[in-house]
Amino acid sequence: MTGSRGSAGRRLRDGGMIQRDRPVAFSFNGKRYRGFVGDTLASALLANGVDLIGRSFKYHRPRGIMGAGCEEPNAVVQVGMGGETTPNLRATEIDLYEGLSAVSVNCWPSVSFDVGAINGVFSRFLPAGFYYKTFMWPSWHAFEWAIRRAAGLGEAPKQADPDRYETRYDHCDVLVVGAGPAGLAAARAAAATGSRVLLVEQDSHVGGRLLWDPAVIDGTEASAWIADCRRFIEAQPEARILTRTTAVGYFDHNALVLVENPAGSLGRAGPGAPRQRLWSVRASNVVLATGAAERPLVFPGNDRPGVMLASAVRHYVERYAVRPGEHAVIFTNNDDAYATASAIVRASGAVSAIVDTRAEPPRQLVETARASGIRVLAGSAVVGTKGARRLRSVRVREADGRSRDIPCDLLAVSGGYNPTVHLFCQSGGKLVYDADQALFKPSGSSRSVRSVGAAAGTMGLGASLLEAHEAGRGAAETGNPGNDAPRPSPPQASGEPPTIEACWRVDDGRGKAFVDFQNDVTADDIALAARENFRSVEHLKRYTTLGMGTDQGKTSNVNGLAIMAALTGREVPEVGTTRYRFPFTPVSFGALAGSTRGELFRPMRRTALHDWNVTAGAMMEDYGGWQRPACYPRPGESLEAAVQREALAVRNGVGVFDASPLGKIEVKGPDAATFLDRIYANTISTLRLGSIRYGLMLNEAAAIIDDGVATRIADDHFLVGTTSGGADRIAAWLEEWLQCEWPELDVLVAPVTTAWAVLSLTGPASRAVLGEVGTDIGLAPQDFPHMSFRAGTVGGIPARVSRVSYTGELTYELNVPWSLAPDLLERLIDAGRSHDILPIGVESCLLLRLEKGYLHVGTDTDGTTTSLDVGWGHVLKRTSDFVGRRSLLLPHNQRTDRLQLVGLESVDGRPLPLGAQLSLKGSGPRDADGFVSSSGYSPALRRGVALGMVRGGREKTGEGVIAVTSRGRFQARIAPLAAYDPQGERING
Amino acid sequence: MLLITCPWCGPRDEIEFRWGGESHIRRPTLQSSPQDEEWADYLFYRKNPKGLHRERWVHEAGCGQWFNIARDTVSHEIVEVYRMGEAHGQAERGKRP
Repeated sequence: MTGSRGSAGRRLRDGGMIQRDRPVAFSFNGKRYRGFVGDTLASALLANGVDLIGRSFKYHRPRGIMGAGCEEPNAVVQVGMGGETTPNLRATEIDLYEGLSAVSVNCWPSVSFDVGAINGVFSRFLPAGFYYKTFMWPSWHAFEWAIRRAAGLGEAPKQADPDRYETRYDHCDVLVVGAGPAGLAAARAAAATGSRVLLVEQDSHVGGRLLWDPAVIDGTEASAWIADCRRFIEAQPEARILTRTTAVGYFDHNALVLVENPAGSLGRAGPGAPRQRLWSVRASNVVLATGAAERPLVFPGNDRPGVMLASAVRHYVERYAVRPGEHAVIFTNNDDAYATASAIVRASGAVSAIVDTRAEPPRQLVETARASGIRVLAGSAVVGTKGARRLRSVRVREADGRSRDIPCDLLAVSGGYNPTVHLFCQSGGKLVYDADQALFKPSGSSRSVRSVGAAAGTMGLGASLLEAHEAGRGAAETGNPGNDAPRPSPPQASGEPPTIEACWRVDDGRGKAFVDFQNDVTADDIALAARENFRSVEHLKRYTTLGMGTDQGKTSNVNGLAIMAALTGREVPEVGTTRYRFPFTPVSFGALAGSTRGELFRPMRRTALHDWNVTAGAMMEDYGGWQRPACYPRPGESLEAAVQREALAVRNGVGVFDASPLGKIEVKGPDAATFLDRIYANTISTLRLGSIRYGLMLNEAAAIIDDGVATRIADDHFLVGTTSGGADRIAAWLEEWLQCEWPELDVLVAPVTTAWAVLSLTGPASRAVLGEVGTDIGLAPQDFPHMSFRAGTVGGIPARVSRVSYTGELTYELNVPWSLAPDLLERLIDAGRSHDILPIGVESCLLLRLEKGYLHVGTDTDGTTTSLDVGWGHVLKRTSDFVGRRSLLLPHNQRTDRLQLVGLESVDGRPLPLGAQLSLKGSGPRDADGFVSSSGYSPALRRGVALGMVRGGREKTGEGVIAVTSRGRFQARIAPLAAYDPQGERING
Repeated sequence: MLLITCPWCGPRDEIEFRWGGESHIRRPTLQSSPQDEEWADYLFYRKNPKGLHRERWVHEAGCGQWFNIARDTVSHEIVEVYRMGEAHGQAERGKRP
C-alpha cells in the first residue's frame, strides 16, 4: 500500500457491491471525479480522497464524512442546478449517477478557505445563546439578517421545479418498515400467510446491516439468505417490496407516510416518471424493523475530518470497497467496534491501536485483536486530535494516566447504538432505558405496532431474527385467518449482543468536544445550559439548538441528554428524550405538494359562458373559486373606464350579466316552510305562490352569514338563493340543522347551483329585449311584478324567470339549463343590439348595487355584524324562533353604539378611500368611530358613493365624519343607503 | 389521520369528513325563555376532556350524513360510532376507555 490519497489508493482491488464495469463521472465543488454505479456520493468522494466536505454551521470548522446513512450530520450538500437544485441532502444517501454535480453548503468563498472560520478563532466568545444575549439593542431583528446569512445551510431554488411529483394511497395488512435482517424475516413470515404485505426500505438494496456486516444465516452466507427472502416475498401475490422508500411519518390509526425516490435519490427518472412519490398507507398492523444507529463518543477534537463512526468505516470497506484511511485507531466503549478493526485489517489497512474506555474488555476480543497485531489499550481514552484539514494523530490517555500521541489518518469511534425509535414514538409509544445496553428502547409492542430487532433493542442477530419472525407472523394472523400454505420456519443465526459500558463524555483534554455536529453544540454548551438552569431536555434543546438540525439529532440527542443527566446528578431516564416528530428525514416540498400545484393547486370553476366571455374580451378573475368576468374592456380602455361604461349602459339601456355562480338550493317537503322560518331571520311561510322575498340568514351568535332571495314554487317547494360564495356553505348549513337539530322535520335539501345557468338581463330596456327574444311568460308589469317568479320558455328554452334586482333597474333573472346558456346569450345580444346591449362584469354589477346601497355580505359586514346593525330591527317582532334570535337580545347586541350600516356622501364629491377609518365630528381624528366598507365613483351621479359602518350611525343621518388617510383628509356626511334613485321607482321599469 | 367508520359507508380516511364539535348539546327553546347565562353556555362553553369525548362528524365528501362518535382525545381511539338520534352505549363521558 502506498498511503497515497489518490483514488487508486483508497479503492480496494476487489469486493464490495459496486459495479466496476459501469464507471460514472461526477463533480464536487467544480472538480471532476469518477466513481461507479453502486457508489453513494459519500463513498465515491472517500474513494477519491476527498476528506473535506463542508464547513460546520456556527464555527465554520472543516468537516468530513462521519456516517454512512441518513444519520450523517456533516456531509450535507446541494445537488443540481437551476430549478432542479436541491439543498441540504446527505452525501451518504445520494446514489451516484452520471453527471451528478454537487457543492458544499455553508462555506464562503470556498470549502478550503472559509471566511466564517474566524468564528472558530473567537469561539470562546460564541457560547450557546450568544447571539440572543448580545444582539439585543435596539432589537434582535436588526442583526438577524446578517447572522442568518452567515449561518445558513443550502440555498433554496429560485426557479420553479420542472419535475413531476406523485401521490399514492394504499393499504395493507402488514407494513414492515426496514428490510434489514429483522425486517426481511418479519416480512417473509407475514407474506407466507397470504396477507397483503408491504416491505419498505430506504436504501436501494434490501439487507440492511447484512450488506456490510458478514454473517451466516440458516447455514449460508447472508447474501444468499437475503436473495432467498427477496425471491420468496416477491413470489407472494399480495406482497410487495419498495426500495428507496423512507417511512417518514407515523400518524393516527396506523396511517404512515412514505417517500419513494423511484429513480434513486436524484437521478433522472424515466420519461413521465415522477421524481418522488409520496405514499399514504393505512396498515392494519405495523412491524418496525428500523434498526439502530451508532452514536459517536464525545471527546475534544472529535469533529476533525478523518473521525468516523466505526460502523460507517465497516460500511465503506465492505459495501463500497473503499478504505477511508491507511492508519487507523479505533476508539470504543463496546465490543462492536472490534469488528471494524478486523474489517480494516482484511482490507489491508493498518490499525495502530484499539482504545477501549473499559478497564477490562472481553478477553476473547482482546486476544483476537492481538493475534492480528493490534494493541488494545484498555481503560484509555482519546483526549485530543491533531491535523489541519485531515486527522494526523490522536492523543491517548492510558490507564496509567500517561498520555501519548499516536499517528493516524482515521479514527473509528463507537459510543454504542441508539435503536431507531422515531416512528415508534410518533405512534404514541413510550421508551424505557436499558442500562445494561446503554440505550433507549420501546417499552413494548401493542396489538398493531410491533418493534423488532435492533429497533427493539434486541442486538444479537439470532434473537433478532427469531423475534422478527414471530412478530411478522403474529401481525399477519391478527384478525386474519390466512391461507393453508406451509409456514416457513424461523431463521437461525448465532451471535451474542455486544457488551458495553456507557461513556458519555471524555472529561480531560482541551478543545471542543462536539455533541451535535450539525449545529455545533459542544459538551461545554450543555454545561452552560445546566448552569443557567435550562435543565429540562426540551429547554436544553431550544437553548443550545441540540438536535434541531436537519439530521434531527440522530447522532447527538442521547449523548446530549446523558451529559445533562451527569451534570445535574440525575439518571439518564430521569432526563428523558425530546419528542420525536415527523418527518424522520427531510421531505421535499415537491413531494408534499404532489400534483396540487399550478392550475391544480385550487382547480378553478368555470361557468357555461366561459368561452363566450373569453372571446368577448372579458378580463377574467377569481371570485370565490369561480373564473368570472371582472369587466369587458375595449382595446386600449382602462379597467376603470370599462366598469364606468358598463354601469352607464345598464342605467341608460340594458346589460346582461353572467350570474351563474349564484347559489341555488331547492328545499322541498311538507315541513319546508316551517324549516325556512327557522333558518331565515324573517318569515318565509307567509310567502304566496310564485312570490319572492329577500332574506337574511344569521348564525346562532346572530352574525349575518348570508343573504339572498327565497322563492315559493309550490306549497311545499322553495328555491333558496344564496350569494355566489355561500352556495356550498349554506347547503351544508341547512343539512346540519335538519339532520342534527330538527330530524323530525320532513324536508329535503338539494343544491342545484350548477344545474342552472343564470343570465341577468338588467336595465330599462330589458323588458323590450326579452319580448323580442320571445317568451310564453306574460311580461306586463301587473302580470309579472317585481319580486315574483314565473316558469316557462324564453326563446324556446325552458326557463325559470325571477323579477329580482341587484342593480336597482328593471331586471329579469333567466335561469336556464347550464348547457343552453350560450345559445340564449347569443339571442339576447342579437335582440338587444338596437338598445346598445352590453355584457357586464362583476365590477360594474357591484358598482350598481353600491349606488343603490344594497348590502354585500362579507364586504360591508363581518363576523360581528347582526341583522340589527343593518337596520333589520323588525325581525324581533316575530313570535317564533329562528337561528340567532336569542342572541339578538344579548346586551352587547342591543347596544345603540354598535357599528351600523350607513350611506356616506363625500362633501367635495371625491370617492372616499376604501377601508379608511372614520371619526365623527366632535371626536378627535384618532378616534375610531367606523370605517368605509364600500366605495366607488358613480357614473350616473358623477360623484363618489360609499357605504360604511359607523357607531350608532343610523341615528346620525346628516352628521359629518372625517377620514384621515395617507392620501389626505376627506370630509363626508352620513347619508341614506341609496344614493341613486332613493325612491326605488326604476326597479319597476 | 383518523380512520372513521361512517355508519352508512364504512371505514374512510379522515379527509373525507368534517368535525362538528361536541355532540348532545341541548338547544334551549324560545318557549323556555333561557336567561343570558344559559344561552351563553349553549353558545360558547364546550367540554375539553382528556379522555372520552362525544362529538359529531359529517361525511362531507361521501354520503353527507351527520353522525356521532366517541373518541379518546389522548389515544384517538374511536370506541363508538352511532347515527343521529340513536342511543349511545355505556362508554362514559370524560373517562378513558
